[in-house]
Amino acid sequence: MSADSVLAAPTDRGGPAQPLLRVSHLKKRFALRGGGVLEARKYLRAVDDVGFEIAKAETLGMVGESGCGKSTTARLIARLIEPDAGELVFDGDAVGRFGGMALKEFRRNLQMVFQDSAASLNPRLALLDAVAYGPRVHGLSASAARHRAAALLDRVGLAPAQFGARYPHELSGGQRQRVNIARALAFEPRLVILDEAVAALDKSVQAQVLNLLQELKVERGLTYLFISHDLQVVRYLADRVLVMYLGRVVEIGTVARLYGAARHPYTRALLSAVPSMDPSRRTERSPLAGDPPNPIDPPSGCRFRDRCAHAAEVCARIEPALFETVPGHLAACHLDDPASGHPEARVPLASIAMPDGVGA
Amino acid sequence: MSRALLSVRGLSVRFLGERSVAALSDVDFDVARGEVLGLLGESGSGKSVTLRTLLGLHAPRTTRVTGQVNFDGEDVLSLPAEALRRYRGGRVSMIFQEPGLAFDPVYTIGAQIAESIRAHDAVDARTATARALEMLERVQIPQAGRRLQAYPHELSGGMRQRAMIALALACRPLLLLADEPTTALDATVQIQILLLLRELQREAGMAMIFVSHDIGAAIEVADRIAVMYAGRIVEENAVAELVAAPRHHYTAGLLASTVGEAERGRPLATIPGAPPDLSAPMQGCAFAPRCVAAVARCRSELPPLVRDGARALACWRPRATGDGDGARGPIGPS
Repeated sequence: MSADSVLAAPTDRGGPAQPLLRVSHLKKRFALRGGGVLEARKYLRAVDDVGFEIAKAETLGMVGESGCGKSTTARLIARLIEPDAGELVFDGDAVGRFGGMALKEFRRNLQMVFQDSAASLNPRLALLDAVAYGPRVHGLSASAARHRAAALLDRVGLAPAQFGARYPHELSGGQRQRVNIARALAFEPRLVILDEAVAALDKSVQAQVLNLLQELKVERGLTYLFISHDLQVVRYLADRVLVMYLGRVVEIGTVARLYGAARHPYTRALLSAVPSMDPSRRTERSPLAGDPPNPIDPPSGCRFRDRCAHAAEVCARIEPALFETVPGHLAACHLDDPASGHPEARVPLASIAMPDGVGA
Repeated sequence: MSRALLSVRGLSVRFLGERSVAALSDVDFDVARGEVLGLLGESGSGKSVTLRTLLGLHAPRTTRVTGQVNFDGEDVLSLPAEALRRYRGGRVSMIFQEPGLAFDPVYTIGAQIAESIRAHDAVDARTATARALEMLERVQIPQAGRRLQAYPHELSGGMRQRAMIALALACRPLLLLADEPTTALDATVQIQILLLLRELQREAGMAMIFVSHDIGAAIEVADRIAVMYAGRIVEENAVAELVAAPRHHYTAGLLASTVGEAERGRPLATIPGAPPDLSAPMQGCAFAPRCVAAVARCRSELPPLVRDGARALACWRPRATGDGDGARGPIGPS
């Protein structure tokens, strides 16, 4: 076998219908400092029973405010931190389980790009070496790895002859993020997690990187998990969107339905908090009062209830589960479940005609 | 427009050091009483440097400031130390992106606001504390009486930002300098702070300079927007006109590359390249290397900022006003 086959592009196993990644019952709590001998130790439930699927060649957007658990979820998936519970199934293979996919193999299939483009690069490695480093560690020969790195740098718009020998500090933020993308792709991954990857970039540069990500996805048949606090960017890039609040998934659906007919009051508030871009239609009233509550001590029942205009007695008692309002669209709100006992509970959505263009 | 509250003429700031950086070059603008001017630009465009210069916050040893800043009839750049101290915080005050850094962590919020009031007004401690409480209520901090005794770390990000606004407004300034005050906040909190700033500004008839890289946030609060690029103002206009019909290619590119609603799935219009290095000497228009309309003159001769009524523009080859497509037209080769 040639050296190159060590890092050959991984092949599709389960066919297009099988989700590329299935995450189920993912949990992580962090112990907090303090607490005496007799006091019960306090925990922050950063990710609390999160589950979702990502289809092949899909871009799943993940949105939510700081502290909602988006980044922790990403790190749990990449196994940068160990989950307390939960299961990952990558293209039909359970990850890290006996008889399943080995962790090393999984990590090669999954790469991450982070927000801080400078912190993710070794300041003492020239760019070409930085991109070639991963494939070499995974068994590619030095010359083949450099060859691959040069091709990738070229692809992300940094001519290897001009940039290959430069160091990270000589680059602008946008250029560094291109290097990080090239480095992630050097493993020929199938899933790329982009954790606020364009958040720190200036708008004009951000647009360039977004275009690059779109092109690369089509060229290489990539699947993205795109984490962002910027709803406009997610709308532009994603196929489906997942909304998190205080460690829980509160809504998942297609971009068209989520942006056109969001079900969860939190999603609606988040959407109407986006500045209008139109001086004649300025926002007149804030959709929500107050800050997100402390995740150490979330409210009982529905975690959103103390900021929700529709909160009723049942919301304090029972935590709403994700409920399928229409096929493929889930929301965790008592309003959507006619059996919940919420006084304002809506009739099932399926019987309401959707406006044009909002269909799944 | 009556006589301007703040008038800046030919302001240039150069940071001296290993490499000398022209952070601000020949900046002119006015702010009228009660008016909100948005300063829009990307990192390194000189927005924050402008604000810091207005307060005289640069270390004189490493900074060379030239030009004129006239505030309410006074020449700010030549104020003696004592007058400068009264001017800062008393008549002009500033809020920052990171409220954690504006407060001293070892004093309570109330003590710091009261201290600032007593530094500027001759009142006793009780009156100052009462005014601090009133300020916390005005910025809509719930349970203001209790928060007066709170230390900065005990407040959430949004509350700290409100407390900083209370601190800045405690001495009823005529002008508030807001440096990306909502950038670090979550979306649902950002909109609350923007609305609060707008409300307080209107109530007090205070002028404001709102610096942001986020066009959306600037549109929410500003009456007029000045767009900065590479240390210069390149275009200025009333907010509605600027958004609807940008004349400078940089403004147009910035608007087009902001992800809006309609472009889903299609490539975004981008501005090619990256902002210039401000330590290198520049010839002609700083935007010319990235500009689709640039001609030889743009590369050799600096376009002056030409004022025409409410609008100002520094471009040799501006976009046509009759462009029906407004900001969403094809800007650059993509």
